Amino acid sequence: MAVATTNTTNPTTTATTTTTEPTSQRATTMTLGKALNAGLRQALTDDDKVILMGEDIGKLGGVFRVTEGLQDEFGDRRVIDTPLAESGVVGTAVGLALRGYRPVCEIQFDGFVYPAFDQIVSQVAKFRYRNEGRVAVPVTIRIPYGGGIGAVEHHSESPEAYFAHTAGLRVVTPSNAADGHRMIQQAIASDDPVIFFEPKRRYWEKGDVDTDAPLDDMPLHRARVLTEGTDVTVAAYGPMVATSLEAAGIGAEEGISLEVVDLRSLSPIDFETLETSVHKTGRLVVVHEAPVFCGLGAEIAARVSERCFYSLESPVRRVGGFATPYPAAKLERHFLPDADRILHEVDRCLQP
Amino acid sequence: MAIAQLAVPTERFTEWAGYDGPVQLISVDGQRTVGCPYWELVADVDGHQLRDLYRDMAVVRRIDAEAMALQRQGELGLWAPLLGQEAAQVGSARALRPDDFAFTSYREHGVAYCRGVDPVTMLRMWRGTGLSGWDPAEYNLATPAIIVGAQALHATGYALGITLDHARSAVVAYFGDGATSEGDVSEALGFAASYTVPVVFFCQNNQWAISEPVRLQAHASIAQRAQGYGLPGVQVDGNDVLAVLAATRLALARAYAGQGPTLIEAVTYRMGPHTTSDDPRRYRSHEEEEEWGAKDPLVRLRALLQREGLADERFEKEVATAAGEAATALRTGVLAMANPTPDALFENVYAGPHPLLDAERDAYLEYLAEYDEVS
Repeated sequence: MAVATTNTTNPTTTATTTTTEPTSQRATTMTLGKALNAGLRQALTDDDKVILMGEDIGKLGGVFRVTEGLQDEFGDRRVIDTPLAESGVVGTAVGLALRGYRPVCEIQFDGFVYPAFDQIVSQVAKFRYRNEGRVAVPVTIRIPYGGGIGAVEHHSESPEAYFAHTAGLRVVTPSNAADGHRMIQQAIASDDPVIFFEPKRRYWEKGDVDTDAPLDDMPLHRARVLTEGTDVTVAAYGPMVATSLEAAGIGAEEGISLEVVDLRSLSPIDFETLETSVHKTGRLVVVHEAPVFCGLGAEIAARVSERCFYSLESPVRRVGGFATPYPAAKLERHFLPDADRILHEVDRCLQP
Repeated sequence: MAIAQLAVPTERFTEWAGYDGPVQLISVDGQRTVGCPYWELVADVDGHQLRDLYRDMAVVRRIDAEAMALQRQGELGLWAPLLGQEAAQVGSARALRPDDFAFTSYREHGVAYCRGVDPVTMLRMWRGTGLSGWDPAEYNLATPAIIVGAQALHATGYALGITLDHARSAVVAYFGDGATSEGDVSEALGFAASYTVPVVFFCQNNQWAISEPVRLQAHASIAQRAQGYGLPGVQVDGNDVLAVLAATRLALARAYAGQGPTLIEAVTYRMGPHTTSDDPRRYRSHEEEEEWGAKDPLVRLRALLQREGLADERFEKEVATAAGEAATALRTGVLAMANPTPDALFENVYAGPHPLLDAERDAYLEYLAEYDEVS
């Protein structure tokens, strides 16, 4: 596998932008939300077995407008408003998949996915295995996730570890518009079920998207090095990528060189790219919004410690949410990692 | 043998749907009932077909008994017997056309038999050589759902696919009385009604969900629930194969005609334990079992056949032979089943490559190889 460091697009360490794709003459600037919309439109155009289903995704275009205009364009037999029942959405998607469809389900908010948990974990994830490969369930489940938008309860959670822990699922999360556009199409094209986490607070952040770029330019499950650095590797995904880039920018001003890796895929995880980086820097900080305890960072720390033991110059450190339920909006800035908390752990790594 | 060739006139759907059940066409003592409009839905079922239905039920009962014996002898990990539910399963499954699709729970061996699945294949999951047995696309039958009620949603989604395809076929979702308390069954009824999709919800109310009586699940009839969803719901005598056949035909005809779902409650009785691990003596009376034993679906159909001169000694012998052969084939096939090899553990988790799983498989097979070398 190619080492992703050669793909680095921002040669400076003062990265403060989330634009991470090579800019091409064909690229247009759009928000993550619009890029996802364009990706979904492309998937609907390319394969007439692709259908979208979810609550309020039709006329309204979804509560985040990610499916805006798609029902007008493709009709209500391809962009389907469902009754308010998440298990029903995912369970009927299983049946549609058995009939030959390629359903894309929208779960309105992260905290609403739990009623569908059984259908996802017991049915979607296991159908192929249970049927000895005779049956495919190519269902994509889109979930806006994470905090930082001042929402009420159940609207700011990061449940990715539950799904990464489940065999049979693939779990991915774009951090920027270009990845959103590409990865949603790759997820839908996958013959395996994909849990597609969308960092909701980044929906409105803009980036350059080359809508004509071939999808296989960047595989769905490959991590990407966003800024090259020499002192500490910072591994992040989804909403925390921009925060990590901000930390890298501040670090650069203070003379600390951070290498930010956007994991992009949480199951499987591209450990090759990550290990290459850790072998170089000798230090790793993993960042996510989800609680640290039993979070993705725990698995990453364990694996990297096993496989990069002689390269590590300090223990792998984790930055994430606390072992609390997601708090009230006026407390979320304390719960969510920010650049300062990332740099605090970076400093601890660098202490002799 | 599908006996679904009767044309059901659309203009009479409302009349039939308005019939205040329960639908019973064969009385407990094996006589044809009088006055039930559902008779017209099985008017084409002649003596030959009645004998076929009886043969199916007898063979299925024998297969079930053989599986029970295999479990008691340690050849199966578990078995969920269908004893007592033969009419409900055979009567409904024989109404299906090949292009219809069925989703079942784990007790529908009679349905699988009618769809053409080799009983040996059915027993793979119970012996533990695989998690399931057959190719759903080959028989238009999903492999059993063990999570109670989950399959009702799969059936509804499949039926939505039929609608989107502008096809003219239908889906049957089989579940039990316990499953009606599951959210997934309620959601399936809601989705199916909302989208008017061609699905038949076929509930075998066998009175018991392991140790819980149906009155713990519901205080009104299960068929009545349909009303709240704006669907026709009908209660049938589930131990009467003709009543079940008639009700399923009507529901399928409505589905083919684009009129959407129907809920059928087939009132029957689980004469055996929930599974081979269960002990019904702990929670139900012998009197109750005797009371239902008198309503045995095979006894009833045999009485009708005898009454109408359709069950002579030769027929009885022929059925016994067919059942015996099925049992022998089942035993032979099960005992000959090969155990899976360790690499099968890692197969078919994903369609495409997955580096974590690939690494785990390689490491484990290497470990096993090293162990083999040592031992």
